[in-house]
Amino acid sequence: MSHTFDEISQQLKRRHRKSARLKWISMGSLGLAGLFLVLFFADMLSKGLPAFQQAYIQTEISYTEEAQTDGRQAFDQELLPLISRTAVRVIPMELRNNPGMIGTSEAQWVLANSEVDQYLKGHRNRLSEEEQAALDERVEAGQVDLRFNSTFFGSGDSKIAENAGILSAVVGTVMTMIVTLAISFPIGVMTAVYLEEFAPDNRFTQAIEININNLAAIPSILFGLLGLAIFINFFGVPRSSPLAGGMTLALMTLPVIIISTRTALRSVPDSIRHAAFGVGCSRWQVVRDHVLPLAMPGIMTGSIIGLAQAMGETAPLIIVGMVAFIPDVGASFTNAATVMPAQIFTWSGEPEQAFVEKTAGGILVLLTILISLNAFAVVLRKKFERRW
Amino acid sequence: MNSQAPVMNDQHAPAVGQPYTRNNQACHDLSIRVRDLNLWYGKNQALNNLNIDLFQKNVTALIGPSGCGKSTFLRCLNRMNDLIPSVRTEGLVEMDGRDVNAAKMDEVALRRRVGMVFQKPNPFPKSIYENVAYAPRMHDLVSRKAEQDELVEKALRSAGLWNEVKDKLQEPGTSLSGGQQQRLCIARAIAVQPDVILMDEPTSALDPISTATIEDLMDKLKEEFTIITVTHNMQQAARVADYTAFFHLGEIIEYNDTKVMFSTPAKKKTEDYISGRYG
Repeated sequence: MSHTFDEISQQLKRRHRKSARLKWISMGSLGLAGLFLVLFFADMLSKGLPAFQQAYIQTEISYTEEAQTDGRQAFDQELLPLISRTAVRVIPMELRNNPGMIGTSEAQWVLANSEVDQYLKGHRNRLSEEEQAALDERVEAGQVDLRFNSTFFGSGDSKIAENAGILSAVVGTVMTMIVTLAISFPIGVMTAVYLEEFAPDNRFTQAIEININNLAAIPSILFGLLGLAIFINFFGVPRSSPLAGGMTLALMTLPVIIISTRTALRSVPDSIRHAAFGVGCSRWQVVRDHVLPLAMPGIMTGSIIGLAQAMGETAPLIIVGMVAFIPDVGASFTNAATVMPAQIFTWSGEPEQAFVEKTAGGILVLLTILISLNAFAVVLRKKFERRW
Repeated sequence: MNSQAPVMNDQHAPAVGQPYTRNNQACHDLSIRVRDLNLWYGKNQALNNLNIDLFQKNVTALIGPSGCGKSTFLRCLNRMNDLIPSVRTEGLVEMDGRDVNAAKMDEVALRRRVGMVFQKPNPFPKSIYENVAYAPRMHDLVSRKAEQDELVEKALRSAGLWNEVKDKLQEPGTSLSGGQQQRLCIARAIAVQPDVILMDEPTSALDPISTATIEDLMDKLKEEFTIITVTHNMQQAARVADYTAFFHLGEIIEYNDTKVMFSTPAKKKTEDYISGRYG
């Protein structure tokens, strides 16, 4: 017995309702995920963006005889509690370098301390009411202002909040990543090439494959312990150095690079290999001249993503001593250094209010770098994507 | 064309390196001699005691139903089966007095003398010029740029592609049409000046006009090269091949002059197949 259209649509109605419901649920969960992301970014931006500005005070600096030994003497005594200690500290040094300045005076914008900075930004601070009132007057007179915070990008860590910057961490990260890439990229790519193009398919290589996949899932702090035991204790690599950190992170990045390289190699169609073998290429020529160039975009994408992962890693670096107070920009691969996530971690433990925005500011810098790296990976993939 | 039917089962085959004789006369037009060739994929035997002589500067077609082992046999001739780990080969494939399967034989050297064209056109994702120039450069056949240019032009002319691509040599090989790509692959194969060109269903992915072009090309190329082609198309075998071998279930059922084979097949199976009763 056949059914009429009406009967069929009656039955279909229920099915359509069900699929519509599923569609709304899935859209809802996507929306929720998006909302969390927006909230996260809004929070970070609202907390972190003020860190890129810093309070400065215009004041008359009188380079007196006394200021040669005591920088405080150069400033208006009423203003002194509002001015950063770092601005005071440099006065005797300046005078020692330029003795001709003694006896002169000069109006200058000097760094205010973090309490002033926080007050101007409307955050919690420890200024007394009189100090606040005096500050308000000066703001109206245009003698106190928020300006671009070049210290944040131009100097290393400091216990004085207004003097703390992220540069030493950025340099440390760059050096660590150079070590990581220099070690894990060649080893990872060649391992993958061997496993994918040369190795026979037997129990042994299958066991290696399984282990590499498991390696990618090992908690990163264990790599830190391995780095401490092998690189630092056994091979004597200097502790806290980008070399030690980079080697440790290289261990962590290796499986990511191996897996993504193997995927990229596997996506090169066999017809290309056959064509190359057919004209008499040796196995290595097939790989070098035909397979690797085609797999390169995929390999690069995977490596960049692995590198970005390593860049955000903190746990293993705690173990090798890179989470430390490093005020100076690192000079070499064996000097003590810190990295961005470790710097963020250090700042997040500081009690002063001013470090809250430093923490958020550091997160913004790290996120910007990570997002640009990932975007670069996407662009690379799109640009070199080929059809066969 | 050789008027005599090729010997299929020579019980008195001379030792490796000795000249092959037919009717007690030294036979110089032999290209590849195959004796007692067996091949297994794991435990499955795919080729069963093959014996065949393939002649120089002729087109030999291998026909037969799917899965009969003709492509597998073709790949034995330049050891492309080595790439499949589970394959095991036994028996003699002799070329130029040497056993192709011997441990001493370098498969790279073998593939220089035995080129291959595949079922699906597979140019390298490089420029048209580079597709042809790559292999000769790799084998040190050319040293100067001018020599290389000359060789590329010669190969492309032999493949009947020169006039179509001479103004766009730097464009990617994959930008050509399917038929042109296949001729580019033929140019790539002849650029290393091989003796033998293996073609594995070279026209099965092409339209009838491109197919006709390739067939004409095979007819021209046999003046210079030995061509062994696998085909599913019996008319094609009848059109282009001097000799035809009919494969069935891993055995060579019949091997003969094409004209003889298609007019008076000796075996019932062959007749059934070429008349389209099965396969």
